[in-house]
Amino acid sequence: MKLADIVCFKAVVAELNSNKRDDVIGELVQSLVGRKKMKGVDAKSLAKAVIKRENEASTGIGKGVAVPHVKHESITEPVAVVGCSQQGIDFASLDKQPVYSVFLLLSPAANPDKHLQAMETIFKNLQKDDFRRFLRQAQTTDAIIEAIKDADEDDS
Amino acid sequence: MSKSTHEIEVEIRNPEGLHMRPAMQFVDLANSFHSDISVCHQDIRADAKSIMQMTMLAATCGTQLKITAAGPDAEQAIQALRELVENKFTDDPQAAVGEKEGSV
Repeated sequence: MKLADIVCFKAVVAELNSNKRDDVIGELVQSLVGRKKMKGVDAKSLAKAVIKRENEASTGIGKGVAVPHVKHESITEPVAVVGCSQQGIDFASLDKQPVYSVFLLLSPAANPDKHLQAMETIFKNLQKDDFRRFLRQAQTTDAIIEAIKDADEDDS
Repeated sequence: MSKSTHEIEVEIRNPEGLHMRPAMQFVDLANSFHSDISVCHQDIRADAKSIMQMTMLAATCGTQLKITAAGPDAEQAIQALRELVENKFTDDPQAAVGEKEGSV
């Protein structure tokens, strides 16, 4: 699986409006549901589900990245979106540092294996120092998309 | 205590697989030991103390993992991690939250 298979490029947010965790999650879910034209999907309840999951255990895994996610019955295929923040977001991260790049993933409730594969793809790439650095430096959606495509190419 | 290496094979048995929350429990526990601990799934090796690497294993239900620990408390580490996996983690958010609060 490649990042390009799961990330909805059209929904990428180069500069998030808010630096509050819950608002950022709402913003990204809204962008994803709107751009991806997901039918029968309620952005508000999805965002709520992601926040609920986030409150159980932070997905701020350190090094400036967070991977909020949820498995939801209204989702048919794993789909992700990336949002960046120059000012940094408090995600209650493991390393207590602010988050500058957010990977939000929505996965089908009925297919935990697919969710794990999507997570594996995201983590495999977030481990690369270069990818994290490019994401953090990116100030336009084009730069973010390019960083994602480069990261995918690294693997092939 | 002498340095030693211990190894064990475990099978992931919770239906959701080793997703992020159990992976974090695993990493937290691994970090409470001094030994170097790694986890192998086929040809992928992950540092058991890194959440990023652990999630990369994409260990689904039924996956066999090999855990290796080397260091002064290797035996205890292997024992504790095996128990965690065999008890299918506490894959209940409520229980996990309660536990966390209790330990603070």
